[in-house]
Amino acid sequence: MSHFLDRLLFFRKNVDTFSSDHGVVTNEDRTWEKAYRGRWSHDRVVRSTHGANCTGSCSWKIYVKGGIVTWETQQTDYPRTRPDLPNHEPRGCSRGASYSWYLYSGNRVKYPMVRGRLLRLWREAKARHTDPVLAWKSIVDDPKASASYKSVRGLGGFVRSTWDEVEEIVAAANVHTVKTHGPDRVIGFSPIPAMSMVSYAAGSRYLSLIGGVCMSFYDWYCDLPPSSPQTWGEQTDVPESADWYNSSFLILWGSNVPQTRTPDAHFFTEVRYKGAKAVVVTPDYSEASKFADAWLPAKQGTDAALAMAMGHVILREFYLDKPRPYFTGYAKKFTDLPFLVRLVERDGRYVADRLVRASDFADALGEVNNPDWKTVAIDEASGSVVAPAGSVGFRWGEKGRWNLEEKDGKGKAVDLRLSTLGIHDDVVGVGFPYFGGQKHPHFTESAHDDVLERRVPARRLRLKDGEALVATVYDLLLANYGLDRGLGGDNVAKSYDDDVPYTPAWQEKITGVDRRLAIQTAREFADNAEKTEGKSMVIIGAAMNHWYHSDMNYRSVINMLVLCGCVGKSGGGWSHYVGQEKLRPQPGWTALAFALDWNRPPRQMNSTSFFYNHTSQWRHERLAVSEILSPLADKAKYGGSLIDFNVRSERMGWLPSAPQLETNPIELTKQAAAAGQEPAPYAIGRLKDGTLRFSAESPDDPRNFPRNLFVWRSNLLGSSGKGHEYFLKYLLGTSHGVQGKDLGAEGGEKPLEVEWKEKGAQGKLDLLVTLDFRMSTTCLYSDIVLPTATWYEKHDLNTSDMHPFIHPLSAAVNPVWQSRSDWDIFKGVARKFSEVAKGHLGVEKDLVLTPIMHDSPGEIAQPFEPKDWKRGECDPVPGKTMPSMTVVERDYPATYAKFTALGPLMSKIGNGGKGIAWNTQHEVEALAKLNGVVSAPGVAQGQPRIETDIDAAETILMLAPETNGEVAVKAWAALGQATGREHTHLARTREDEKLRFRDLQAQPRKIISSPTWSGIESEHVTYNAGYTNVHELIPWRTLTGRQQLYQDHPWMRDFGEALCLYKPPIDTRTTASLYGSRSNGNKELVLNFITPHQKWGIHSTYTDNLLMLTLSRGGPIVWISEVDAKDAGIVDNDWIEAFNINGALVARAVVSQRVPKGMVLMYHAQEKIVNVPGSEITGARGGIHNSVTRACPKPTHMIGGYAQLSYGFNYHGTIGTNRDEFVIVRKMSNVDWLEKPLAQAEKVGA
Amino acid sequence: MRPFIEQAVFGIFPYVALTVFLVGSLIRFDREQYGWRSGSSQMLRARQLRWGSNLFHVGILFLLFGHFFGLLTPHAVYTALGLSVPDKQMLAIVSGGFFGVLCFIGLSMLLHRRLFDPRIRKTSSAMDIAILALLWLQLVLGLVTVPYSLGHPDGEVMLKLADWAQHIVTFRSGAAGFLEGVAWPYRAHLVLGMVIFLAFPFSRLVHIWSAPIWYVFRRYQIVRRRGAA
Repeated sequence: MSHFLDRLLFFRKNVDTFSSDHGVVTNEDRTWEKAYRGRWSHDRVVRSTHGANCTGSCSWKIYVKGGIVTWETQQTDYPRTRPDLPNHEPRGCSRGASYSWYLYSGNRVKYPMVRGRLLRLWREAKARHTDPVLAWKSIVDDPKASASYKSVRGLGGFVRSTWDEVEEIVAAANVHTVKTHGPDRVIGFSPIPAMSMVSYAAGSRYLSLIGGVCMSFYDWYCDLPPSSPQTWGEQTDVPESADWYNSSFLILWGSNVPQTRTPDAHFFTEVRYKGAKAVVVTPDYSEASKFADAWLPAKQGTDAALAMAMGHVILREFYLDKPRPYFTGYAKKFTDLPFLVRLVERDGRYVADRLVRASDFADALGEVNNPDWKTVAIDEASGSVVAPAGSVGFRWGEKGRWNLEEKDGKGKAVDLRLSTLGIHDDVVGVGFPYFGGQKHPHFTESAHDDVLERRVPARRLRLKDGEALVATVYDLLLANYGLDRGLGGDNVAKSYDDDVPYTPAWQEKITGVDRRLAIQTAREFADNAEKTEGKSMVIIGAAMNHWYHSDMNYRSVINMLVLCGCVGKSGGGWSHYVGQEKLRPQPGWTALAFALDWNRPPRQMNSTSFFYNHTSQWRHERLAVSEILSPLADKAKYGGSLIDFNVRSERMGWLPSAPQLETNPIELTKQAAAAGQEPAPYAIGRLKDGTLRFSAESPDDPRNFPRNLFVWRSNLLGSSGKGHEYFLKYLLGTSHGVQGKDLGAEGGEKPLEVEWKEKGAQGKLDLLVTLDFRMSTTCLYSDIVLPTATWYEKHDLNTSDMHPFIHPLSAAVNPVWQSRSDWDIFKGVARKFSEVAKGHLGVEKDLVLTPIMHDSPGEIAQPFEPKDWKRGECDPVPGKTMPSMTVVERDYPATYAKFTALGPLMSKIGNGGKGIAWNTQHEVEALAKLNGVVSAPGVAQGQPRIETDIDAAETILMLAPETNGEVAVKAWAALGQATGREHTHLARTREDEKLRFRDLQAQPRKIISSPTWSGIESEHVTYNAGYTNVHELIPWRTLTGRQQLYQDHPWMRDFGEALCLYKPPIDTRTTASLYGSRSNGNKELVLNFITPHQKWGIHSTYTDNLLMLTLSRGGPIVWISEVDAKDAGIVDNDWIEAFNINGALVARAVVSQRVPKGMVLMYHAQEKIVNVPGSEITGARGGIHNSVTRACPKPTHMIGGYAQLSYGFNYHGTIGTNRDEFVIVRKMSNVDWLEKPLAQAEKVGA
Repeated sequence: MRPFIEQAVFGIFPYVALTVFLVGSLIRFDREQYGWRSGSSQMLRARQLRWGSNLFHVGILFLLFGHFFGLLTPHAVYTALGLSVPDKQMLAIVSGGFFGVLCFIGLSMLLHRRLFDPRIRKTSSAMDIAILALLWLQLVLGLVTVPYSLGHPDGEVMLKLADWAQHIVTFRSGAAGFLEGVAWPYRAHLVLGMVIFLAFPFSRLVHIWSAPIWYVFRRYQIVRRRGAA
């Protein structure tokens, strides 16, 4: 009762003794023990996870006590693995363990917030106009009013609003934009759906229903390796981390596994105990280096040189000196190496041209269907030319021959010949482009000609246009690697010590890696692969992928893996873990996310091209196309600037466009009707006569501005906005740190296809809406910030490429303060939109442009030279020589009804993915029973309901083959139609399983094998990419149907990338004009700006989290080498500034032995909202890592309409590279915290 | 007016202070078991603590017990034991002075550490700093009385103070009258002492109540009975 009174019983508390009085039994109070028991008693313990883009996908227990989320711990109940394999758990890291801090922190967005000036304008406008759409119009039509709130973006000034009010503003802005400018001016950016797929789907469903644009992210983040679609026709597919344990030789190449794949790293440790060898290639002494048996510190950006030298060793020892049957057998069956390439004469030498097709022969080799798309090779036994089954020509228009059985199109057995050596008709000199001689101020070049002629065995064939010389890809590849085959000629190496590209001695000068280490690694890698039939693996990461010529880094490594037969083999292959957060139940999710149940196709856009265009980064382009063009190319064909290539690409139907045309597509259909024409022919006619243009042709014309932008589940401006300062200047129209002048002011070469306006448009966006749970940098620049539920306050689904399980996010507590789940937020916006639209928008016809899509029958559109209809080289034919055009009917007032119900198209058309389709009526019926049907009259009456986030999750789970065994069997059967083989055995064992949301809450569940993916889920093998290609003989979705090492598209050849080679980093020219001109008295150094993934956060998440800030230095840091620091007079923890013409950033210096001379290393996406002072260069606050970067697209990524080189959302397209960038680094002399009130700060923005 | 103030400060205020001290401690003990602690900052920084804390505690414990016995033991007891009043005063001055100096060194170190070590300063409550400052001031005042005491070696003032204290604790009236004409340092020392009693239940000083003396005499193994109390 009373502690004190208890104490008064002091002399009566001892009631007994024992053990000869050594012990005493007491009667004292024990209530204090409850505190210890209470420590682990909770209101509830809920399973959730963290939707940070880390691919961890770790299952966590979230604890709630007294209605408050107190903490989280790792779940340990994953389903078991096999007896010979370690288990997955525990998964999780210190970052996830600190997440609960956010819920109740000062950073939490608690109420709907609106920029104060905008809200004042809105309330005034509403007082004048009862109609909210007219109120919005009155604001944005007044240039002074709109500039008044745009110019203070990022400078504070938010005020609290209500949900009713913000929904009305957003809906009014959207309606006005759709009506006045077009639905394709409403843009949405949200990345990585796998980390919370329902939240992603909420926004994308709303946008897809109103005709808005969903932006890609994987390519923009530069996590997409274009080499993957190029080689495999696959966005990216990789082994799960457990498969590392099956390997016996692992190379970690530019990947820092313990730091960035923390929950998976244990498999790496464990397999080393099993005896696997580990080699680490990184320029810095990273955390991964501690795993290394050998550490190869290749200079940053030169990895391709090292890998090419390793390829040289592998080919020399394992193909030429002593051919290994396992390797050559694999090469014949699973690669394009036996296929024939035409050699053409140019400037007195031969050059490799395109792959020979069946249609090149007078009889088309008897192939009637798609002979243009059937590649050919020589049959070993008969010596005749055959068109082996499996090439893309067999995929479309016929059934049962698209497989990798060793047969030709007629079913006759064939055995393909790798080399023509021995049956060759001639040996000719073939020119190979060489870029390693290009001079770069910071990289070492080698003194070799830009064209290297090498002797190649060739065979003479009679084709329909005459006699032609052909060589196999294999023979060209050997020549390209500089291997001496006894055929004479120059530029080939007899010894590894010859200074000839690509020998180990040659690479030593470029990469700095000891040639003996390179030789040893290559030899052991291949030797292990031969002995284990493919169990050599390369774990590859961002350090390789974020370079302008990442394709070369990647393809040089892929060549090693393919040549050693490792791809598709358990424990082997290519493990690219960069932002590849695999959305496992994809076919179920796409239906929901892109509203395919109501109308098709959705509008999607590749972000790199979009942002390059609309943030006017193209106005500052300094890379000339001639610098990256092959010396063998006809330069006259490649005039113009990089933006021109993108415009041509959009025009030819290769890449998507957004906004699409300069006229509102709803308006366009009305004009067509008035002219008595169908919309598509009408639009084509006007495009042809030039009265209508693509928006991309004049980005500075207000008709082509993106007007509204939603950002959710993303920190676009604080993390991924390459060219951050250009975003601020042009897209937002606020204060910025751009230091350089545009091409107009500099007198640079202007684009040919794009209209140049002297003054670049600023402040294009009318409304920026961000949904977040924390006040991120993006929120600070937004006009409206909506408080969203955290990962512990909503229901959602989560998957990863690192493990085979699907598991949920669950609401441990209801969203606190006034926050709402993303699903509820967009549902609310949809409801308000439907109300507000009445009187402005009814049932409208929208003309949607779609590029030629990969995995669709259209992907075989342009077999030979690309032709541009605008230049009169061909007719504009939608889907063939230009984008497809579809008229989509949109019932705008019914948007909410459609949002909350599954539309009729799933029953009518069915579902599918990756080029296969199946009937899904049964699943729709089951869903109707599970979720109930809509009873209210209207378009959705009788359709299954999708009211809540759980309803949405159930929709995904029901429709996806990965979570519904019945669908999986249907999907495999559908694929079997194309391949002519039986695949359903892969899913039969789980046919009756239907995963439900509550099942996942009980325990993570293993995915069911599906043809969406190239690996299988099985009790016998771990997930490995390419597994079904090799074991089920399903072709890769490429031109030859094999792993494509030769890229024969004309642009690939002309940019010198038909075969892999070494290209030095590009020169971005961002430092020379500033160096020394803005001195603060301290010494300046020019250093390579390297931006890896960090230790104390996941991108920008956690970098404002007090717990994680405490573990690091509590603010932005940049790592610098001891040598450079000494040179510049910088000591540890000094404030330093890094800047170039793109902008500037400030941070504290970490002086470390880890970093090699010549680079600084800044963990990317450290928020600029914590402990960041002002910059001496810009006078504005800090800057983030992207303040010194600018995106620079690559023309080869714009190719389309060409089998695997066709567009797919996040599959293919330009990528936002940034590691070729250099910065000027110096110690700061004046650290100014800019602690002035807003009134003064506003002047900066004015 | 003056007698009234004298009575308020030395006649009534002691009871207020002692009441708050006792009742406050009792309430806090019953209500705030988790806060009933010494609040050691050793985890944050060991520097200055080993010497500071030990010197302080050795000194203050001697002074505390010295004051306790010196003030509350009836005159008759020690004269009966053969200790004359002047001798007793000299004993108090010498031993008190010695331990006072030890305590002063220790306490100054602790106070310096608390104010100027940034980690300690950041984690200190206002009361943590206030109580140290009060103790330091009280100690200085105590030491200041030493030369005064040497000025009247007959122990007359000492007897007045003891009478005052004994009257207070035995609830006899007229206690304040004993302090007539006593020098200001003694009076200030008394007032501050009572303030410390007043602040006691609100500070970390409560740990004095729970000094783990019994630990020394415990049995080897203690088993608490299930279901007790």
